[in-house]
Amino acid sequence: MDLFFLAISATFVNNILLAQYLGNCPFLGVSKKLETALGMAMAVVFVTIMAAIFTWSVFSYVLKPYGLEFLQTLSFILIIASLVQLVEIILKKQSRVLYNGLGVYLPLITTNCAVMGVALLVAKKEYNFIEMLVFSSTSAVGYGLALILFAGIRERLVISAVPKSLQGTSIALITAGIMALAFIGFQGMA
Amino acid sequence: MANKYLDTLTGGLWKRIPPFRLVLGLCPALAVTMSAENGLGMGLATAFVLTLSNGAISTLRQVIPSKVRIASYIVIIATLVSIVEILMKAFFFPLSQQLGIYIPLIVVNCIVLGRAEGFAAKNPPLLSMIDGFSVGTGYALSLLLIGSIREIFGAGTWFGMMVFGETFEPMAFLVSAPGAFVTIGVMLALQNLFSRWRGEKFIQG
Repeated sequence: MDLFFLAISATFVNNILLAQYLGNCPFLGVSKKLETALGMAMAVVFVTIMAAIFTWSVFSYVLKPYGLEFLQTLSFILIIASLVQLVEIILKKQSRVLYNGLGVYLPLITTNCAVMGVALLVAKKEYNFIEMLVFSSTSAVGYGLALILFAGIRERLVISAVPKSLQGTSIALITAGIMALAFIGFQGMA
Repeated sequence: MANKYLDTLTGGLWKRIPPFRLVLGLCPALAVTMSAENGLGMGLATAFVLTLSNGAISTLRQVIPSKVRIASYIVIIATLVSIVEILMKAFFFPLSQQLGIYIPLIVVNCIVLGRAEGFAAKNPPLLSMIDGFSVGTGYALSLLLIGSIREIFGAGTWFGMMVFGETFEPMAFLVSAPGAFVTIGVMLALQNLFSRWRGEKFIQG
């Protein structure tokens, strides 16, 4: 039951994007079209879960027993960077269309703070393996959900008349604010 | 010659001020600006990393092979961030507790990597350090401004001091998550309006 609450909380209540503000750069960058948002969401889900598994293992079996917690930042970012490289190679081979669609944003997953943020949160809260798995996957799904929903709204924004000064990033941020407001409504659940 | 240095020094304060002109580094700008103090602390930490990372990367720019440059940059930046993390824990413990995971997350702040790739990789060390300092200071000022607005209107205080007196009803919305998005959105719009009024080119899209 605890795991269920953890899942709900990570997906909706403490949504990594709208309540913890992680991963905003790609959020604004790739959310102009639903299709790219979908690809990005999938890539983020995959990388986040993999990164959480690897960083968790390194943290609890290498860094912690030997008192090397101060190397956390350095080791985590290296793990994530190499993972992203791997995903890029696989996508290039397996799905040319998706690869072309994501373009420059795939390398940017390295600097997507959502991935790193989940890894750091897992280490900070000292989750065990199962909790880590549930937390990272639901967080990533929550991120994907917010990204895809937002892309849907943004596609409609293009055809509506927005005042000139508010165009672009500005209206996108305000829309994200309203979405975050909607997600606050989930707080009663957990 | 002197002009070039001056140009770089002032560039970060208006022409390239993040996160408004350079729409990078939004996550910390949204996350830690609940109060002016947090915003300023985060901004200064980022500025410190940015100045030194620009200097280090620029010094090593001839040595780093271009194929693995991003990875090398990240290692340099991560090392500097670890130093900041440890220093802050030692000297500003309460602040470092409040900023939490956002301090290690400076590593993935797009501004730092963006300036490394966009400026330090092509320019000599001193100029790169000036650029890092200027963009970093601009970022710190922006975060201070956002933090001040949110704290003054959202909590009625500034750096913990009462601003409006007892009768003021704070707008708690501004301190909450959605408030952060809306504050920055509105500030971007104002900045666009100002730029258009001055007849500057419309940069950010």
